[in-house]
Amino acid sequence: MHSFGYRLNALLTFAVTILALMCAMGSLSDNLNTPSPSAEIQIMNINWFQKQPQGNDEVSLTMNISADLQSLFTWNTKQVFIFVAAEYETPKNSLNQVSLWDAIIPAKEHAKFWIHTSNKYRFVDQGNNLRGKKFNLTLHWHVMPKTGKMFADKLVMTGYSLPEEYR
Amino acid sequence: MDWQGQKVAEQTMQIMLLVFAVIAFITGYVLGSFQMMILIYAGGVTLTTLITVPNWPFFNCHPLSWLDPSEAEKHPKPQVAVSSKKKATKK
Repeated sequence: MHSFGYRLNALLTFAVTILALMCAMGSLSDNLNTPSPSAEIQIMNINWFQKQPQGNDEVSLTMNISADLQSLFTWNTKQVFIFVAAEYETPKNSLNQVSLWDAIIPAKEHAKFWIHTSNKYRFVDQGNNLRGKKFNLTLHWHVMPKTGKMFADKLVMTGYSLPEEYR
Repeated sequence: MDWQGQKVAEQTMQIMLLVFAVIAFITGYVLGSFQMMILIYAGGVTLTTLITVPNWPFFNCHPLSWLDPSEAEKHPKPQVAVSSKKKATKK
């Protein structure tokens, strides 16, 4: 503490170290949060179901997605990224996951919502296995923090299936 | 600053930063606002800088008494002894 510059350096270094500790504590406080999200997805309509020239099946569907994800938000949450994936099994792959729709929820007020939409991303198979296929729709969410650890989890909804014939 | 003042300034700096950090974290957690925590802490850092970094007079309560230049002339620095070396070589 011998000169102005010496004291300023010591103060700034100590202040930044304490700031890092506060951010770590903020991230640890996220573990105290016990979320209880809920969601429901209904398939309103299969718009079309065809085989592409390359030989792969493709489906277009319209979904009604409603969810209440407000309990995921804490004081240390920047945004929540969610996406809906269709999961099914084929002889070639034991698990196929195709992302159909995603969104970013910037604040707690927007976390309770419903949306009527067609799939944002194309539902294309590796092959032509989709006729009559039973599949799950899984809602995944990633809780992105302002500082620290990101939490990710999902909700699996079963019981969906595709038509037996192309339309 | 004098020696006592330096010690006081360092201690004040550390304690003030820790106190502001604790107040900032608790306020931010209770209000559920990360921004509030950062604002309170930034305010605390600025206040601490203003109090402990510049060379304020209240840090100089026990000033060191430096010798006057006129006093120093009366007590000259001792010279290196040359005579003892000559005696040894003569033998």
